Amino acid sequence: MALAERKRPRVAFSDERIEMAHGAGGKASRRLVEGLIAPAFANPVLDTLSDAATFSLGGVRIATTADGYVVRPLRFPGGSIGELAVNGTVNDLAVSGACARALMATFVLEAGLESATLRAEVAAMAAAAERAGVAIVGGDTKVVEHGLCDGMYITTFGIGEIDVRFALDPRSVRPGDRVLLSGPIGSHGITILLARGELDLEADVRSDTRSVWPFVDTLGAACGSGVRWMRDPTRGGVATALNELVRESDVAIVLDESAVPLGTQVRGACELLGLDPLHIANEGQFLAIVAAADAPCALAALRAVPGGEGAADIGEVRAEPARMVVGATAYGGTRAIDMLVGDPLPRIC
Amino acid sequence: MCLAIPGQVVEMSEQPMLAKVDVGGVRRNVNIGLLEDASVAPGDWILIHVGFALSKIGETEARDQLRMLKAMGEDELAMDEVRGYTFADEAAVT
Amino acid sequence: MKYVDEYRDPVLIENVTREIARSVDRGRHYRIMEVCGGHTHSIYRHGLRDVLPDNIELVHGPGCPVCVLPTGRVDDGLSIAERDDVILTCFGDMMRVPGTRGTPLEFKARGADIRMVYSPLDALKLAQSNPARHVCFFAIGFETTAPSTALTILRARALGVENFSVFCNHVTIVPAMRAILDSPGMRLDGFVGPGHVATITGCRPYEFVARDYAKPVVVAGFEPLDILQAILMIVRQLRAGEARVENEYARFVPWNGNRAALAALETVFALRPFFEWRGLGFISQSALELRPDFAPWDAERRFAVPGVRVTDPKAAQCGEVLKGVLKPAQCKLFGNQCNPEHPIGALMVSSEGACAAHYRYAQRAAEAEPAGV
Repeated sequence: MALAERKRPRVAFSDERIEMAHGAGGKASRRLVEGLIAPAFANPVLDTLSDAATFSLGGVRIATTADGYVVRPLRFPGGSIGELAVNGTVNDLAVSGACARALMATFVLEAGLESATLRAEVAAMAAAAERAGVAIVGGDTKVVEHGLCDGMYITTFGIGEIDVRFALDPRSVRPGDRVLLSGPIGSHGITILLARGELDLEADVRSDTRSVWPFVDTLGAACGSGVRWMRDPTRGGVATALNELVRESDVAIVLDESAVPLGTQVRGACELLGLDPLHIANEGQFLAIVAAADAPCALAALRAVPGGEGAADIGEVRAEPARMVVGATAYGGTRAIDMLVGDPLPRIC
Repeated sequence: MCLAIPGQVVEMSEQPMLAKVDVGGVRRNVNIGLLEDASVAPGDWILIHVGFALSKIGETEARDQLRMLKAMGEDELAMDEVRGYTFADEAAVT
Repeated sequence: MKYVDEYRDPVLIENVTREIARSVDRGRHYRIMEVCGGHTHSIYRHGLRDVLPDNIELVHGPGCPVCVLPTGRVDDGLSIAERDDVILTCFGDMMRVPGTRGTPLEFKARGADIRMVYSPLDALKLAQSNPARHVCFFAIGFETTAPSTALTILRARALGVENFSVFCNHVTIVPAMRAILDSPGMRLDGFVGPGHVATITGCRPYEFVARDYAKPVVVAGFEPLDILQAILMIVRQLRAGEARVENEYARFVPWNGNRAALAALETVFALRPFFEWRGLGFISQSALELRPDFAPWDAERRFAVPGVRVTDPKAAQCGEVLKGVLKPAQCKLFGNQCNPEHPIGALMVSSEGACAAHYRYAQRAAEAEPAGV
């Protein structure tokens, strides 16, 4: 991807302080990375700003990724920080078309953390790594004073081998392509929100954290060459991931809102709190843009994977309105679906 | 303003003026002190806003309104049929 | 979801939109104001403007309690939060509202203990479990929300909780509607009335619109079908030359209002002689304050707030947009200096503010991505 072809507009970062919004995965995060961090390190690989960095080492196509996990509470229904760390890293590689081979993990631990908690976390990571078929081959450990780092922060580095069945490029996305989603959205973000206990809501919602490699692998076998782009919609949700795509590829995406899979209780929580499910984080889903001709077979293949029964075709790529994501209702209403600004906040108005 | 959502009372709390309410499978304690005589029972549908019940559903009003809206469509279809018939009639005459 | 999905049924929606199309007078241009910010949000969220005929124009009203809160009042609330012994609690809607020196979220990042709550009762519970601290609740909202604050204060008194107070910014809807109707040059044909406010006030308070200004008011719910049916009812009244109050939201709105809620309001609150509304100026008898009996729970009496009046930047045309004189996109700052990430006016901060709703949900030219975003 030649630098000259990239017409990324110059982004300015002028905030005096770092705020929570800068980590929420939406517009503010983008500005921080594009305006402050990336320009300092500028190089052709970095400037693509994809989830994983891809390059060749001695003729082998490699993908690498790095990630940080700072979730609170550490344990929640459906998972824990350690499982997020393993699955999240594996998924970043997977949606870049690479099979994760090895991970490294760095622990920053708060003095006073119970060893039992760390023991449980490490066991969860080992189990998740085994399920994902990846080895944790090294890392580091640091301890900081009591009061810092919310118990535990984990950062990861992952490395994987590019799967040659894929030729992913956001600029190959074209009108007519279909938007596929692996399953129901919003479970992870709502689980975390409820687990914090501030809202006094009870629900049987669980994080969807899992490796999406089995789905990506299946797509590769069914129609690898027809897959244009993939992304795991983590912080910022489906809306943010698709908005990032349309800005890179100058197309439009029109979603059929009634086709977006959504669990009953996630929906109930969103209606009660005034949240938009499209902005809520997911940790076990992925989006794929697939050529129209391949879409039906791709969808069938996804649905045949255990855990993929909820996969759906949620919309299409069009030429207009360029660089926008639009939602369409069954009765002809439309609305623009914007990128998240900061963390999704419940509202009463 | 304001965001308020219908929910169903699932059980009364031991604490006074509180009821556990279900909104699409999500549950929360809701204060029923604003309802006339605070009279709710499990199974009732109420409107919830910031942890308080503002009103109880009027089942008759809800049913009547939806019935009327459905009929709106049916009258339309009946009208279309009549129009179509008239056309055919005219065509036959000429 | 029961009592929600039925009112989003595409077939029923199409029935109503077809009927609206048949009922409008083609030669007439209708200007209908939805008073309530929740209606503005719903209209944009469900794309309702796309299904209405071109000659029906929806004008966004001032019923957004965050939008009309003056910057000086935000500053006052934040000054309470800056005290070491205070936990300031507020709804999620308030967290990104800018005061002169930053938003609650930014103050929180700088060390102030500011926490979001879903209910004022949760703030009271926080006070009970933190006896060494003082918990102050930043109360906003119209008549929909004020009774909940009232009951919370009554409960605090009943339980003898002394480390709890309310910073009261509740406002009432009727004076704002009068201010709109009395605006010179204002041309409106009818109103979509505030459905959730009406669960408390009932429908009678809006009769003055029909009686004194000869315009129809239809109190409406918030689902697509509710809003569309209310518009149909307004169009039909106009066609028949009528002007009266109707209740589209009869499943939840009692014509005579909620007696228990109105009694709670009367017990706890009094009307302030006047209150400043951002964009609309000072309006008399339009806002609530705690009665002297409840002084121990009145944050304004417990804390010396600066009470400084902060005027909006001259270029911000919030007032005209609030009154429906200007459309959001017509404000010179819209989309450029003023956007949801860096809001200058409150209409851009609240998700139901006309400008935020328009910016986020309406289709706009893709090139209009602001510099530095």
